[in-house]
Amino acid sequence: MSDLTAAMPAPYRGRRATAWPFSPPGDYLTMAARCARLASREIDALMTSLFLPVMLMVTFVYLFGGAISTGTRYITYVVPGVLLLCAGVGSASTAVTVCRDMTGGIIDRFRAMDIGSLPMLAGHVAASVVRNAASSVLVFAVALGIGFRPHAGPVAWAGVAGLLLLFVLALSWLAAAVGLLVSSPEAANAFMFVPMIVTYASSAFVPVRTMPVWLHGFASHQPATPVIETLRGLLLGTHLGATGWQAVAWCGGILVASVALSAAAFRHRTR
Amino acid sequence: MSNQLAIEATGLTKAYGTTEVLGGVDLRVAPGSVFSLLGPNGAGKTTVVRILSTLLRPDGGRARVAGFDIAAQRHQVRRRISLTGQYAALDGLQTGAENLRMMARLSGLRGAAARRRAGELLARFGLEDAAGRRVATYSGGMRRRLDLAASLVGYPAVIFLDEPTTGLDLPSRQNMWQVIGDLAGSGVTIFLTTQYLEEADLLAGRVAVLDGGRIVAEGTTAELKARVAGQRLDLTLAGPAEFAEAGRRLGDRATHRDPPALTLGIPTDGTAPAIRALLDEIDPERALIGAFAVRATSLDDVFLALTQKETAHV
Repeated sequence: MSDLTAAMPAPYRGRRATAWPFSPPGDYLTMAARCARLASREIDALMTSLFLPVMLMVTFVYLFGGAISTGTRYITYVVPGVLLLCAGVGSASTAVTVCRDMTGGIIDRFRAMDIGSLPMLAGHVAASVVRNAASSVLVFAVALGIGFRPHAGPVAWAGVAGLLLLFVLALSWLAAAVGLLVSSPEAANAFMFVPMIVTYASSAFVPVRTMPVWLHGFASHQPATPVIETLRGLLLGTHLGATGWQAVAWCGGILVASVALSAAAFRHRTR
Repeated sequence: MSNQLAIEATGLTKAYGTTEVLGGVDLRVAPGSVFSLLGPNGAGKTTVVRILSTLLRPDGGRARVAGFDIAAQRHQVRRRISLTGQYAALDGLQTGAENLRMMARLSGLRGAAARRRAGELLARFGLEDAAGRRVATYSGGMRRRLDLAASLVGYPAVIFLDEPTTGLDLPSRQNMWQVIGDLAGSGVTIFLTTQYLEEADLLAGRVAVLDGGRIVAEGTTAELKARVAGQRLDLTLAGPAEFAEAGRRLGDRATHRDPPALTLGIPTDGTAPAIRALLDEIDPERALIGAFAVRATSLDDVFLALTQKETAHV
């Protein structure tokens, strides 16, 4: 039986000897580079993801800010919310890019090349992280320019970056799962409204106590509120309390669940 | 012996709900050969390719590709095959060179080796000048060639080409034929689906005709042509009523029917006694037939004869 493949040329792909389901690390890098390159060349989408957050912040600060009383300067109050909103909306577009891959021809080639589902999806998530990092830096820069004055040391800044990264990872993976579950990129685009609504119904833009009473339960016990309160605490140097751990737990939980859901959805879709 | 086949499939079946797509397909393809699966739209060609390239699980039947079982040894199969589908599997926003380098890296080549392999294939497929352009700006023919180049980066043993020239204009098709012809004989096995007989005739050593999810004929193109007589007698009938009457008398034997032109075609060996006998048999009253002509059988006749026979049984 050892001559089973006697008449066949020897397989070339030596490194593919990695035991399933673990993909070679190189696949992750190649896929991340691919998605980052594609994202950087989709100029209109890129511009939207970079400038929409800035426009939103300007809108909130100058148009709504005067009418909202939060006890502090509104710009100080609203920057963490804008950051989270833009990270959420920016991550949501992962659903579109994943869905586009799944409905195009390239997915069949990748599968026939035995590229695992995780490197394929992780590439899109990596591109999302890079995009969101750029838009977050831009938001911070503009915020500083229009009067945002944080009181954060290096450790707190690292905490802000880490939490935003975790949030973007969690939401991008959730978006990837959604991209696998819907049938068209147009439908995937609608996922953008989920982080939007969740952020609006949190302490991002207005204090929870100003909302109708029936909304208090949701607004206080949903993931965006502890994340925003943590960002606020870190940036302004106030006491965090339990919100830090709540924020990490929420994001970590969403991340783990979303990766598992993505793997299952991919298997289901390619059965 | 069977261990040496590049592709060996037995009794492949597939259904979507109650719609049967494949009704038991058997295939045997020798290594290093070009094999064509020929059939009309909806015959199940793509389903066969997707099953053999491990992208789709069959409901029943077994298959080995490049020596490995498509179900139990999926990953070993994938290391030895490549698939080029009907739609170019490329990123329009990456350049031709970037697409090939990406595929080369995913095939396990590193840095300089990936670069070298990409350059080699771009040159071989006449795409050097377009290497730095985004694929979105390529013509259909260029895209197909790049797609084929991409499928070769990992030195596959078996190449699946699903309708490689569908939708291309004639010069681009001829160019693809040239490229595929050059690949044949290099030791790789090529499994090609097509709806064009000309293409199967030109490229493939052996052909299987798939119709309604079943193989209705298999052999070399010469053998297939020999299964239908070498000539066709075309009768032009006097009018619609006569056309209907002659059609009824001929039944299955008319392999060609063209009602607007009032023409029926019947396979024949082309000899005078055979044609005289045929004319007498169909039209003893000498009232139906207006004119006749004898012409050489085309592969289309073979194809129609084979696929119509099958529908007649269903």
